[in-house]
Amino acid sequence: MTNEQIAQDLVAQFGEDNIFGIVENYGLLNVTTTTDTIVPLMHYLYQHPTFKFQFLTDLGGIHFPDVPSHEFGVIYHLHSLENNVRLIIKLYVTRENIVVPTITGLYACANWMEREAFDFFGIMFLGHPKMERVLNDEEMDYHPMRKEYPLEDATRQDKIDALFGR
Amino acid sequence: MSDRIIKTVDAPEGIEGQGFFAGKLDDLVGLARANSLWPLPFATSCCGIEFMATMASHYDISRFGSERMSFSARQADILMVMGTISKKMGPILKQVYLQMAEPRWVLSVGACACSGGIFDTYSVLQGIDRIIPVDVYVPGCPPRPEQILDGFMQIQEIAKSEQRRRRESPEYKALLASYGIE
Repeated sequence: MTNEQIAQDLVAQFGEDNIFGIVENYGLLNVTTTTDTIVPLMHYLYQHPTFKFQFLTDLGGIHFPDVPSHEFGVIYHLHSLENNVRLIIKLYVTRENIVVPTITGLYACANWMEREAFDFFGIMFLGHPKMERVLNDEEMDYHPMRKEYPLEDATRQDKIDALFGR
Repeated sequence: MSDRIIKTVDAPEGIEGQGFFAGKLDDLVGLARANSLWPLPFATSCCGIEFMATMASHYDISRFGSERMSFSARQADILMVMGTISKKMGPILKQVYLQMAEPRWVLSVGACACSGGIFDTYSVLQGIDRIIPVDVYVPGCPPRPEQILDGFMQIQEIAKSEQRRRRESPEYKALLASYGIE
């Protein structure tokens, strides 16, 4: 079961419009898809008789401020325990339409991971049972990991610029 | 063994006589308080591990009277905050401090508790003295157990020399008012 086979099978099943950006980095297959395809794709990979990607290793958000067409992304790391093969699925959305369907129906662990992506990037997950902040304070009104804020705490008064080389 | 330096502690000032000793009540109460401070170890991160070493047999904080760690704030004398306090943890820390009964002292151990340390970010509280009054700061990342004990001994000096009813003094009331604590 090689990366080639997986890529070809996915393209055959879902079409070239929905599976694109096929790259292999250090032996890891990366595939980009769309918001409409992600849930069927996850189910397909889960139930596939040979692939059996039944372990969601990680789910993370990402922000590329310089590319407005795919500014916010959700990256899914899948692992097939039986075949010891990993797969990365990327999904990009724009700032105006920052909504992604949830996969908590398939993977229960995606619950908190999607809440974290919401907490830090503001990516809304449709159908999530509890779309709230998980790690930050509930009253926080911004999404910290977006690349649009200064790095340091703005409320700090006691830092002497001279000592910090500024 | 025979050339070990043994430090003897002097009795407090007072008038001595045959079968009696008259001294200031504040001195005696101060001695009692200082030598039996029961801490509440509010250990969050790496400094908490150093505190575990301080509690263990080699550095032994119970030599200084803290034989019993209290995790109930109401029964603790000193709140030892050891580790990074995030902004989400801030109200919880303040709640724990409010639950402590007088007399109470606060020891801030480590760079993160004193000033936010290396973590100058959106999520870390830049110093617990933003929400509760602190008596002694122990810098370090993490401070060695000897340093934690040094800070603890300074709290002992404060406990020994403070007036008996510090809670009624106007300076203390003003300090608490500045933190929004009645």
